[in-house]
Amino acid sequence: MLDAMKRKEMLRTMVKVRAFEEKLNELYQKKVMFGNPHSYRGQEAVAVGVCSALEPSDLIASYHRGTGHLIAKGADLYLLMCEVLGRADGYSRGRGGKMHMGDLSFGFLGNTGTVGATLPVATGAALAAQIRGSKEVAVSFVGDGAMNQGVVHEAMNFAGLWKLPVIYVCENNLYAMTVSLERSVAIKHLADRAQAYGFEGKVVDGNDVELVYEETRKAAEKARAGGGATFLECITYRWDGHFGGDPGVGYRTKEEIEEWKQRCPIKKLKEKLIREDHLTEEQFEQMSVAVYAEIDAVASKAQAAPLPPKEADLNSVFAEVTHG
Amino acid sequence: MAKAMESQAPQAQMREMRLQEALREALRYEMARDKRVFVLGEDVALFGGAYGVTRGLMQEFGADRVRDTPISEAAIVGLAIGAAINGMRPVVEIQFCDLLPLAMDQLTTLAARYYYQTGGRISVPIVVRSKFGTRPGGGPSHSSCNHGAFIHFPGLKIIVPATPADAKGLLLSAIRDPNPVLCFESHHLYGVKGDVPEGDYTVPIGVAAVRREGKDLTIITCGGMVLKADEAAATLKEKGIDVEIIDLRSLVPLDREAILKSVAKTRRAMVLDEGWVVGGLSSEIAALIQENLFSDLKGPVIRVAAQPLPPPHSPTLVEAIVPNVEQVVAAALRLVGV
Repeated sequence: MLDAMKRKEMLRTMVKVRAFEEKLNELYQKKVMFGNPHSYRGQEAVAVGVCSALEPSDLIASYHRGTGHLIAKGADLYLLMCEVLGRADGYSRGRGGKMHMGDLSFGFLGNTGTVGATLPVATGAALAAQIRGSKEVAVSFVGDGAMNQGVVHEAMNFAGLWKLPVIYVCENNLYAMTVSLERSVAIKHLADRAQAYGFEGKVVDGNDVELVYEETRKAAEKARAGGGATFLECITYRWDGHFGGDPGVGYRTKEEIEEWKQRCPIKKLKEKLIREDHLTEEQFEQMSVAVYAEIDAVASKAQAAPLPPKEADLNSVFAEVTHG
Repeated sequence: MAKAMESQAPQAQMREMRLQEALREALRYEMARDKRVFVLGEDVALFGGAYGVTRGLMQEFGADRVRDTPISEAAIVGLAIGAAINGMRPVVEIQFCDLLPLAMDQLTTLAARYYYQTGGRISVPIVVRSKFGTRPGGGPSHSSCNHGAFIHFPGLKIIVPATPADAKGLLLSAIRDPNPVLCFESHHLYGVKGDVPEGDYTVPIGVAAVRREGKDLTIITCGGMVLKADEAAATLKEKGIDVEIIDLRSLVPLDREAILKSVAKTRRAMVLDEGWVVGGLSSEIAALIQENLFSDLKGPVIRVAAQPLPPPHSPTLVEAIVPNVEQVVAAALRLVGV
């Protein structure tokens, strides 16, 4: 199934996602970025496993911790970095920040800061595909915390009812900001809920990029064939705090964090590729250095880019009416 | 009023029909013309909608394009947003505007901000139709007039048709608009008849209509209150007071020029609104007028609007909070100093 080239490409993308997050943390510490980094470190296998299994025409909806999803789906790093830094060149011209973007050129339906709010958007995109008879599949990333929003329940019911070509990728990083899963829900696995909506739910090791890839591939194939929705609960862990000002402890132990760092998704794939003679330690180092250098260059260029002009453009809210 | 309306319509063939039928005609016309248009909402397909607006559409266009949904207002709007982003033109029906708050995040934080917050990369061409109007028997959860609340949020266009011709023309424009449009349909007007042009008839969003020309006083209003303004104007005419009526038709964008032009001429203004008086449409328009025409005004801008109470059940209680013709006449007489 997955050839060595593809796996190495996935490894590289995971490193790119991590390097980007580490750069955001650095810029945050230096107080040169606006808003918060919602670090994705530790969860890279979910974004990369999912997006690597999709077609370019497939669509994803994301949320506040979304930079990983976008990089994995093919976002332009400079436009993304500019948006984080509030620059005019950013995806949203500095209007949205990294929580508020969208660009169909790489299949990105959008994200927002209300958790769970874009899950119905992905579901609706799948409905459009179904009505039209086009073959794109929509994916909604959703955190474990957002799973308790009413609109998430409503939209998943639609997906089951109408057999929509959508994949719900629940990134269960065990904490909704600071509240643990067992303090949020009475069930052990969120995937159990899928059955109640009439489609399949699976629990996946979210730190194993190959497993995530394989489950996404199967779910996408099923969706394209008219088999409807799938719910993938990817168990993973965010290494850092929820946002820049959260040290990540107090509600989690250092031991727990350390234990999850040992299950690093990058390390896991890297060691496997080395064991199977597809990669050497030196090759990995070279690749890693190149990726970090690329991110450094993007950050420098973005920092040098201008902020948007200081104006309240009242024509920026509505798209122009072009019909007669 | 009927005369004023006819004078605006083009040379197309006219047919008399009810406002609800004119809305249906717009939907049918556009669904036939544009395959991207589809309808979704509670009871809109098999039953034809709680007010019959979508009657027959499922039979004509199929169950794929006219969809009954579960009772899930937030996700109905959310799915419409996603379908719109992915190339469709959804038209949503939400049975009462009292239910719009269930979809508030999707409407005001998502749909309304998408174009802005994506730097213009993505627009959300959805139409959300909903009924408003306070009447006996509706009560606190089934007969609100909350249209004024939505003007507060940047990014939503709002139309309020008051005649069958406008219902068709505005709804057609709304479906073709690349932005989210809320269509507030008055309970009081679904059955009102009027001439409607055949074929491709659009009314631009953001342009008010002068329903009656006059020189002594301008009444600015919309929706079901247009009829009451017209009745009051007829009474006032008998007393020698010449009223001009501006039917806003669109709340966002607001036709500021039409309002200010009329008030600059009459130098007296009353805002008549079925929505709540506090922080509402009438407050906004009163502020607009005094900011621009303070020294021209012969008196204060008067607001005649709903009292700040939940819409009640009993007819006497409804009469006590919804603006009526007598109130409008009395306020007008006060304003002209009679």
